[in-house]
Amino acid sequence: MSILVGKDTRLVVQGITGREGNFHTQQMIEYGTNVVAGVTPGKGGEWTLGVPVFDTVKEAVETQGANTSIIYVPARFAADAIMEAADAGIELIVCITEGIPVLDMARVRTFLDQKDARLIGPNCPGLISPGEAKVGIMPAHIHKPGKVGLVSRSGTLTYEVVQALTDLDLGQSTAIGIGGDPIIGTNFIDVLKLFEADPDTEHVVLIGEIGGTAEQKAAEYIAKHMSKPVTSFIAGRTAPPGKRMGHAGAIIQGGEGTAAEKIAALEAVGVKVATLPTEVAELVKASMG
Amino acid sequence: MKLHEYQSKRIFAQYGVPIPNGEVATTPAEAKAIAEKLGGRVVVKSQVLVGGRGKAGGVKLANNPAEAEAVAQKILGMDIKGLTVEKVLVDEAADIKQEIYLGIVIDRAIHKPVFIASSEGGVEIEIVAKENPDAIIHLPIDPLLGMQDFQARNLAFDLGLRGKLINQFVKIAKGLYQAFINSDASLAEINPLVVTGEGKLLAVDGKMLLDDNALYRHPDLEAMRDRQEEDESERIAREAGLSFVKLDGEIGCMVNGAGLAMATMDIVKHYGAEPANFLDIGGGAKAEKVATALRIILADPKVKAVLFNIFGGITRGDEVANGILQALEEVKTDIPMVARLVGTNEAEGRAILQAANFPSASSLGEAAQMAVAMAKGEQA
Ligand SMILES: Nc1ncnc2c1ncn2[C@@H]1O[C@H](COP(=O)(O)OP(=O)(O)OP(=O)(O)O)[C@@H](O)[C@H]1O
Ligand SMILES: [Mg+2]
Repeated sequence: MSILVGKDTRLVVQGITGREGNFHTQQMIEYGTNVVAGVTPGKGGEWTLGVPVFDTVKEAVETQGANTSIIYVPARFAADAIMEAADAGIELIVCITEGIPVLDMARVRTFLDQKDARLIGPNCPGLISPGEAKVGIMPAHIHKPGKVGLVSRSGTLTYEVVQALTDLDLGQSTAIGIGGDPIIGTNFIDVLKLFEADPDTEHVVLIGEIGGTAEQKAAEYIAKHMSKPVTSFIAGRTAPPGKRMGHAGAIIQGGEGTAAEKIAALEAVGVKVATLPTEVAELVKASMG
Repeated sequence: MKLHEYQSKRIFAQYGVPIPNGEVATTPAEAKAIAEKLGGRVVVKSQVLVGGRGKAGGVKLANNPAEAEAVAQKILGMDIKGLTVEKVLVDEAADIKQEIYLGIVIDRAIHKPVFIASSEGGVEIEIVAKENPDAIIHLPIDPLLGMQDFQARNLAFDLGLRGKLINQFVKIAKGLYQAFINSDASLAEINPLVVTGEGKLLAVDGKMLLDDNALYRHPDLEAMRDRQEEDESERIAREAGLSFVKLDGEIGCMVNGAGLAMATMDIVKHYGAEPANFLDIGGGAKAEKVATALRIILADPKVKAVLFNIFGGITRGDEVANGILQALEEVKTDIPMVARLVGTNEAEGRAILQAANFPSASSLGEAAQMAVAMAKGEQA
């Protein structure tokens, strides 16, 4: 079992005929994800990789019963693509696109408040429920089905931790990258809630980084509502203040958002925080016995 | 991207925010001429892209044009937190009765723009926030509706403004909000917004940060970029589409992915050395990008060793390996290096490096330890 994506996922790929979109669609199909449609405005009626292409997400929902979408369109069109998906009744929208202007996302999030859709990302690697479905760009082969739920603001750092878990024979229920932008659709707390309720997740790994206060808020939530053990890693102990470290959201501002304060907040509520990514797996192993 | 005070205030003025009369000078003689034109007392203000200019002695009052020239002489060329003052703004001095703080940022948690205001302006808002959090007013704005008049009026009342100042404030708050939205800013700040002896509101200091991801739709703002904002190497990196931040250490780091790049810096430190930089080469990095990145890292004379850490997803190990070797042909160097390649096509990548006698490691920990040893002159 898993959360958010699995055997029931019926995926539509927005931007399926683009270079990135097409490459990753092929990878997702090879992994066994049920890709039911693609959308590229103006290319409706074509086929690619054995998947029918539509002009609109609405048609993909009506014709193919798509319930999940993944977005690979360029940054300047991505906000529109998210809103189109939500408007068409898609339940889960995963936006991989990096570099969407923050104010566009502020409008999109406010729009989504009035819809039933859940957004993952943007600027994220997507999510994978090993053995069931991959909706993202992560290298599938490092994953393995199991009982560790993983949530992260980063992409490749998540792969690093997943690899370490798999090396110690610790499989994953679902691994989710929530994205590195200041405004994202789904936050740590949303995912912690889902993992807490998922009967097949026994242990949760939370990977954070400098910038904002999402980890501190997660710590408060963990203290109040999580019965399952949580292990963490926070990137950016050596990051200087005032400089954006790649991710639009990774910046220490006005002395707020440092790794030290995040680590302190998590440790204060009993979360074990690793100093090295590989140590995360060792801590999980020790805890799961 | 950061804007100077004079740039920010000119933008605010376009949206109806009153600012003092003033002009920019690059020489003391120019400062004197501006002061003569303005008449009366002026304030000479250093234009550098850091905060705390006043405290550093970079904002000075001058009673007449001769004084303005003398003060400008002192301030021009001054070093403020590592930046050299090349321009001063000469503004009419205001008769200040009260200093207010008024700013807009994006609140990540509620994903909306939010006004931050305080009747205790003039000082750094972070200090007020720490010492007297009750003195700070927060007002979120719905980005789909924009700022309404009643919200601006409420804000004015909460700040303790009364009478004629209310309508002036409404115009200023709405103007600032429009400037924030239309410029795709991540910060728009007036500190202080002053109440003058004549009972007028005036924005005597201004600051804006712009969203780099939105600059494509603001060529006019992009053109305002000051080369002082970034280090030469940071500029070259930005133009090459690399995400780079210069640091002070001796281990150059080249990584794919921002989170992993930060973690790599932390690991270097963990093993007893300091990272020379943050560098994310991004997904699918090709040989040419790797070469540019390597050139940027090696341009720093402090660098004693280079650590490559690539976790292939979209990025393929063999492509990066070829990129490194190609880059080394162009960039001849004796600096020792070690690569750790995993993920997509890792075996192919490692074989390529091995054939070229390029040191490689199988784990990040091992790679970091090797790089640290190399930097210390120990043979790995
Ligand atoms: N035109 C002016 N007339 C009168 N006083 C001024 C004027 N400009 C600035 N001041 C005074 O100088 C103080 C500091 O100036 P300003 O706010 O522009 O710089 P700062 O805040 O020290 O710099 P930074 O923005 O780098 O932190 C103001 O709080 C105000 O009291
Ligand atoms: Mg000021």
